[in-house]
Amino acid sequence: MFNIVAREELNPTVTKLVVNAPLIAKKAKAGQFVIIRSHELGERMPLTIADYDRDKGTVTIIFQIVGKSTKILNGLNVGDEIMDFVGPLGVPSHIEGLKKVCVIGGGVGCAIAYPTAKALYDNGAEVTVISGFRNKDLVILEDEFKVVSKNMYMMSDDGSAGEKGLVTNKLEELLVAGEQFDEVIAIGPLVMMKFVCQVTKKYDVKTMVSMNPIMIDGTGMCGCCRLTVGGEMKFACVDGPDFDGHLVDFDEAISRSKQYMKFEAQARDEDCNLFNKEVA
Amino acid sequence: MPNMNPKKVSMPVQDPQVRNHNFDEVALGYTPEQAMEEADRCLQCKHKPCVNGCPVRVQIPEFIAKVKAGDFEEAYQIIKETNALPAVCGRVCPQESQCEQKCVRGIKGEAVAIGRLERFVADYHMAHEKDDIKKAKSNGHKVAVIGAGPAGLTCAGDLAKKGYDVTIFEALHEAGGVLVYGIPEFRLPKAIVKKEIDALKALGVKIETDMVIGKVLEIDELFDQGYESVFVGSGAGLPNFMGLPGENLNGVFSANEFLTRFNLMKAYQEGVDTPIFKAKKAAIIGGGNVAMDAARCAKRIGVEEVYIVYRRSMNELPARAEEVEHAEEEGIIFKTLTNPVKILGDENGYVKGMECVEMELGEPDESGRRRPIVKEGSNFVLDIDCMIMSIGTSPNPLIRQTTKGLDANKWGCLVTDEHGKTTREGVYAGGDAVTGAATVILAMGAGKEAAEAMDAYIQGKDKN
Repeated sequence: MFNIVAREELNPTVTKLVVNAPLIAKKAKAGQFVIIRSHELGERMPLTIADYDRDKGTVTIIFQIVGKSTKILNGLNVGDEIMDFVGPLGVPSHIEGLKKVCVIGGGVGCAIAYPTAKALYDNGAEVTVISGFRNKDLVILEDEFKVVSKNMYMMSDDGSAGEKGLVTNKLEELLVAGEQFDEVIAIGPLVMMKFVCQVTKKYDVKTMVSMNPIMIDGTGMCGCCRLTVGGEMKFACVDGPDFDGHLVDFDEAISRSKQYMKFEAQARDEDCNLFNKEVA
Repeated sequence: MPNMNPKKVSMPVQDPQVRNHNFDEVALGYTPEQAMEEADRCLQCKHKPCVNGCPVRVQIPEFIAKVKAGDFEEAYQIIKETNALPAVCGRVCPQESQCEQKCVRGIKGEAVAIGRLERFVADYHMAHEKDDIKKAKSNGHKVAVIGAGPAGLTCAGDLAKKGYDVTIFEALHEAGGVLVYGIPEFRLPKAIVKKEIDALKALGVKIETDMVIGKVLEIDELFDQGYESVFVGSGAGLPNFMGLPGENLNGVFSANEFLTRFNLMKAYQEGVDTPIFKAKKAAIIGGGNVAMDAARCAKRIGVEEVYIVYRRSMNELPARAEEVEHAEEEGIIFKTLTNPVKILGDENGYVKGMECVEMELGEPDESGRRRPIVKEGSNFVLDIDCMIMSIGTSPNPLIRQTTKGLDANKWGCLVTDEHGKTTREGVYAGGDAVTGAATVILAMGAGKEAAEAMDAYIQGKDKN
């Protein structure tokens, strides 16, 4: 059992939990993930490690309430326990040798982009952050990103936070203006990562993306998280979750992410009233 | 004069058309009378050929003699001397290619039903006896076992009996390995697995779940923590696919995924949050026990037509005979001498069919089985909306990637000598991590062998 030591609602649909998991905290690196099962009948769900504190022995997760399992997780308070918390899984993000990097976070993907930006900053890299949200109510981690970046741009769909537009608009603007990045790291919805990769391909800038497919065991056994990268079958749990975005078959990944959509919608609807109350 | 009936006493089973709609155990087991009648078929051969067919060397004629005499508890104690998991082995061992294959009665009729008798004895013990398990006197040595599957559980049990302080590290949230994530409830009730694991705990074995060794702790750190030897029984790893077009369509699963959802996550039960794909027509590719399990699970969650697609003929199916028989009775359709070449998808990315070719058997290949050859121009489309790949796995990569000095072969299997000793001092291994996908009993045999070798290693160190 893993005790929750702090809880914070970052916005109406995104919650941060700080969990006591000293062994994982000792080993965690940016880009890795944990598998969570909140209760006996719950599903195993991968969530990227948003932060860790080796001294205090805690691991932070940030998640969006999208369905039944994340809703249950959101219902836990300080002092409650998470039944299973397994990690740190996956290959850490490669940040060595990078001098100038653009980190792009979309929505709750910012929770994953942040530890990577921080690790780059701690490693002496010059970091440009572009974060994107639907509107100002959904903005998360603005102050944190400011601390670890040289330049920080925020975009929103309706212009209520930062500039109106998409993260790709800002990225292209910077690239057109002659900005040179060793690498772009994009973390967010699959569609966002796909379009970021289309832009960077045009300007020939290496781009890493963090894939978050459906998983069960998360340790290289079930093959559920497979995707096509450069024409080869790869498993996000042991080969990733970071991949060269120019090689990822995003359309296939988008299709695979919808495999259980009907089931998920039904599970959510069965809890609908509660769900609406909590996230409305 | 022994019972000279050429046939085994048949074991009661649930009616096929009832059981293919429920999740309860298929085989119901012998009654005491049936067991004694079957035990009477054993000739008590002096040279015990059956024992040579058993990877853990169960003293078969001895335990059968006790069954015949009605001393079921004594029979149990004889089995338990060499087999840590009798209730499991009685159910899942491929007896027809092991002990029963060597049985003299098999020459002119059916072999003695050794597996059914083992199962009866173990079940009788569980139902009637209270285990009085005594912890062995501590010998002051600490050992670690990675993976709580058949290899790890056996190794841990044997070492605990010798007085070692044993800790098992298990990656999943439940101990049991393939016994809980792979083999379905209707073939191996989970309550039985739990009892066997509880018995190990009573011996003093500690089990830490949610511990992915190679990630949260590395083998070197286990040595730093005072473990003197480590057994790696990390099991099957990534599922194999065939490299066919369309393998990543929705509706294509590895048997590992499908069975893990079904067994470990209990996706078939109401109120469970893990989903399982609802298909109408499913094709399972492969002919082993795992393929039979996947097919029969699919049937039970309401898939109307379930096919086993296998490239050789019925005679070459690697699955246990009983599983094939049960699958056929339950309405699984066997499309043998058939191989998929392409998976067809609809406009939304879901499987809508599978293009196959017919095969014929040629000369025997290096495995001794007749090589399947494509019949040119025999292509046809099988109408399905789900495909489950059950063509084996390659060992889990996490430990060899993070442990220096631990050699693996080109398939990723850990290299060991015949006693499970790896290329790294103090590290032993066994089960699927070494052999690639094999059986429960072979993994148990390897765990047993390694426990002996680890004991000799540690005791040898003591002397120096």
